[in-house]
Amino acid sequence: MIRTEGLTKNFGGLRVLKGVSEHIKPNEVVSVIGPSGSGKSTFLRCLNLLERPDAGSIYFEGVEITRRGIDIDRHRQKMGMVFQLFNVFPHLTVERNITLAPVLSGKKTKAEAAEQARVLLDRVGLLDKLDEHPNRLSGGQKQRLAIVRALAMEPDVMLFDEPTSALDPEMVGEVLQVIKGLVKSGMTTIIVTHEMGFAREVSDRVLFMDDGVIAEQGTPEQIFGNPQNPRTKEFLSKVLY
Amino acid sequence: MWSGIGDKLVRIVARYHGLFLEGIGMTLLLSAITVLLGVVLGSFIALLKMSKFRPVSWLATIYIEIIRGTPLLLQLYFFYFVVPEALKFIEFNKFTSVAAALALNSAAYIAEIIRGGIQSVDRGQTEAARSLGLTSRQTMWEIVFPQAVKNILPSLCNEFVMVIKETSLASTFFVGDLMTQFKTIQGITYLSFEPLIVVGAIYFVMTFLLSKLVAAYERRLKASD
Repeated sequence: MIRTEGLTKNFGGLRVLKGVSEHIKPNEVVSVIGPSGSGKSTFLRCLNLLERPDAGSIYFEGVEITRRGIDIDRHRQKMGMVFQLFNVFPHLTVERNITLAPVLSGKKTKAEAAEQARVLLDRVGLLDKLDEHPNRLSGGQKQRLAIVRALAMEPDVMLFDEPTSALDPEMVGEVLQVIKGLVKSGMTTIIVTHEMGFAREVSDRVLFMDDGVIAEQGTPEQIFGNPQNPRTKEFLSKVLY
Repeated sequence: MWSGIGDKLVRIVARYHGLFLEGIGMTLLLSAITVLLGVVLGSFIALLKMSKFRPVSWLATIYIEIIRGTPLLLQLYFFYFVVPEALKFIEFNKFTSVAAALALNSAAYIAEIIRGGIQSVDRGQTEAARSLGLTSRQTMWEIVFPQAVKNILPSLCNEFVMVIKETSLASTFFVGDLMTQFKTIQGITYLSFEPLIVVGAIYFVMTFLLSKLVAAYERRLKASD
């Protein structure tokens, strides 16, 4: 579904990604873990070209989206993204947050989009917030809104960039619950996270990133139960209790 | 200087209130035209300055820096004496020269206000919109600009207050603004102090009221956040 070849990204003089080649298959759930600054967020943000890689290529559903002159907006519509800081639109109601993109892209009529917004909000327990503005929502509610906003475009893959890192501890559970439901429904999911327990529970595959490369990867059992790379061991010994 | 001052003030206002009113009208008209044209031109310059194409962005920067780095009075002289000579095919009168200079001056400041407002909108907003597949234009109009307006409008109103005061420089060319009326009345009565007091009071009341309105408006915007 998504394939990268030799993905490289520099920020100023700093090389954050040092040639990442990876293949994410349909319906796969992949967690990306690793120390901060290891390039995991940058890797995720390259996948929908929020960051433009300096070298290497990305294929999404068979199309090379890193090619010059490609209509990236059309492909992004198929890749939902959820951010650490929610990035809900504060000037729009909860409903408009969800309906904006489907209507603007011509995917849905206003009525269809409004109906879909109700269904989605109901699913994450926010139907009563339909006409509120996001500033009336808690962090956990904002993130749930951000998730259904992405789902409204009916994406083929969902990218999560540390979706619970900015949440108060008591709100982490409600957001993870929503993601878990999504994963169960068979959504192809890539999630950058520091929630090791969650990664272990929901992932088909875990990528451990360190210093701009995927240092080790495997099933959650392999990575968490029997890591081979000393860096993986060191990292997990620090974050696991 | 102070003897019978109240008396003289009353007499000046009574005799010349028509001139003062005309001056107020002209000052407000000149200010309104300046800010309106300034917004149109300023938006355009702000867009140029934010362009990813470096030469275009430099051009806008050069314009803004020259305007901000030279006195407005010099710019007024330039448009009064030099520009009509250079652009003979356009009919310039005193008013258009002065209005053009004021508007082009204000445009530079307004461009920075607009650019600042747009850039103060969190980058995450753009990223979220683009990740949903919105085009950069849709992102600008639906997401960034509506949020930027909240930052831009109060500063724009303050610019209007500034412009009201700056139009007084246009009196150098006797365009009939409030400051021109002072010169006129000074010429007739040989009085300086009293008409200055009256004109100063009028400027103060206009800008003070406007500032208060802007402040109240800002509080309302904040409340809706």
